[in-house]
Amino acid sequence: MDEPTEDIIIVKDLVKSFGSFTANDHLTFSVKRGEIFGFLGANGAGKTTTIKILCGLSYPTSGELSIAGFDIYTQREKVKRNIGYMSQRFSLYDDLTVYENIRFYGGIYGLAKKEIDTRSKSLMERLGFEASRNKLIRDIPLGWKQKLAFSVAILHNPRIVFLDEPTGGVDPVTRRQFWDMIFEAAHDGITVFVTTHYMDEAEYCDRVSIMVDGRIAAMDTPDNLKQQFGAPSMNEVFIKLARATSPPVPLSQGRGGAGGEAANNTESVKWT
Amino acid sequence: MKTIFYIIQKEFLQVFRNKSMLPIIFVVPIVQLIILVNAATFEMKHIRISVVDLDLSSTSRKLVSKFGGSPFYQVRQTTFSYKAAEDEMKKGQVDMILQVPAGFEKKLICEGQAKVQFVINAINGQTAGLTNAYSTMILLDYNREVVMENTTPAMMAGVKNILTEYSYWYNPKLNYKTYMVPGILVLLVTIIGLLLSGMNIVREKEIGTIEQINVTPIKKIQFIAGKLIPFWIIAMFELAFGLSVGKLLFNIPMEGNLGLIFMSASVYLFVILSFGLLVSTITNTQQQSMLVSFFFMVVFILMSGLFTSIESMPQWAQNLDRLNPVMYFIRIMRMVLLKGSSFADISQHFWSLCIYAVLINSLAIRRYRKVS
Repeated sequence: MDEPTEDIIIVKDLVKSFGSFTANDHLTFSVKRGEIFGFLGANGAGKTTTIKILCGLSYPTSGELSIAGFDIYTQREKVKRNIGYMSQRFSLYDDLTVYENIRFYGGIYGLAKKEIDTRSKSLMERLGFEASRNKLIRDIPLGWKQKLAFSVAILHNPRIVFLDEPTGGVDPVTRRQFWDMIFEAAHDGITVFVTTHYMDEAEYCDRVSIMVDGRIAAMDTPDNLKQQFGAPSMNEVFIKLARATSPPVPLSQGRGGAGGEAANNTESVKWT
Repeated sequence: MKTIFYIIQKEFLQVFRNKSMLPIIFVVPIVQLIILVNAATFEMKHIRISVVDLDLSSTSRKLVSKFGGSPFYQVRQTTFSYKAAEDEMKKGQVDMILQVPAGFEKKLICEGQAKVQFVINAINGQTAGLTNAYSTMILLDYNREVVMENTTPAMMAGVKNILTEYSYWYNPKLNYKTYMVPGILVLLVTIIGLLLSGMNIVREKEIGTIEQINVTPIKKIQFIAGKLIPFWIIAMFELAFGLSVGKLLFNIPMEGNLGLIFMSASVYLFVILSFGLLVSTITNTQQQSMLVSFFFMVVFILMSGLFTSIESMPQWAQNLDRLNPVMYFIRIMRMVLLKGSSFADISQHFWSLCIYAVLINSLAIRRYRKVS
């Protein structure tokens, strides 16, 4: 294995525009191997656009991208072999059973039949799904589906897994369990790239970037960000950033200093 | 190769888990065959006529009874007023008025010729033409009898008669069902193939699973093959099933080699399924896909020669029809099943289908994109 601090995702000057609208405005960042990288932002900030480009689902307008050591333009299929992806929309087949879904995705990643069976068995044991092996996906609760979708996304042992708002609409207990699975995957050496707009989840990440209007407004460890913004939680950090960068903010005017301070901070973050 | 197998397996699971699928595959074809074959017929039976016999002689009565006695005619009205007969026709109660003028018999005997009048409702030109043809035949027949009755054997010797004898090839009993069944079978596999394949990929787009597939290293060609093969198998089965039903229910002739039928079908289905695939790459919802497929299907079927003759279409339409895959396959089916044509006879249609298959499939593969 390579040294642990190797950058597994390298993005330089990524731009994606749809006509006159720029969804990703010159993004530059990198993610280290084994890291849990939180990609935060409000709805419509451009998170899903970025994640789709990183997964090879969408062409960037310009920029350099290297994923798991492969170039996204010329080695797309190699990139795909090394990544897993769990989309915002539900990604399992409703009319197939739990086992059939696992077998299908394992099959198209080219796993051998034996391999699929052993992995699906251990997967279901871990999730406590043995009794539901032959249940249709449409008949199991949403939280289970999300956990299963995550397990399927890493079934082929990818080096990176991209999770696009994986816990949307899931209850707090299941969310916690879901994050336990993420920690476990990270522990096994899988780099986790996760988007979310739950700020409590941001606290679980090794490092986060906060996107506002297509740009990365801040990027650091949660602790450093809290310190830098003088905020007790990531939630506060996020609100300060979001307010500072969207121009008309009647609320912050009343509060005087807080808004201005945040704006100054954002500037300094941008230039670092 | 193994990847394709997993997709096929998944498609079959999904198709057969869908509760409406089995009836579509097994019941719809039988119902369609029974209804369409019996309903879509050009055979004329029960032409309703109104008789206006103003002569009321034994000769005119004999003529009228000729029509009344024919299984094709049904005398609905007997009247002395032409106006009354015309009213009935306006109401749509009769299809034809047979008018025998006063003095018909006298004229026939004294002058050797007399006239009767057919007035035919020609809203449907095809039906009117057939009615006219049938009626003229009856009149000719009657004419011959009249000549026989009114001439002595001595006179007969001088009369030369040219008789036409008909022999109908490939469908000797002029059984309309025989002609329709092969065409309707084509319709059936076309509908099944086009709709199923057209909606399938779009459905994955709608529920979002397509993205999950597009992030895998699966190759375009593997994905498309995995998607097409299940429907190809289902449609081939459908054809075999339909042929058996046609044989059992309608006793359609199978003069030619069935292998030839299935060989052509395998190429034809490839065309139709690729077409469906092409539709699904340019649409985003199942609704759009249905509409687009439906549009093409109606044009293809109406111009396929199933209901109307291609030879009677204007030249530009005949040229345009070369782009119609349904036309080729209906011809092949009819030629092989009814005429017993060999490969050499159908080769032109067959190769056309092959070229079509290659073109449309490469277009579909080009249009299908893993990356947007």
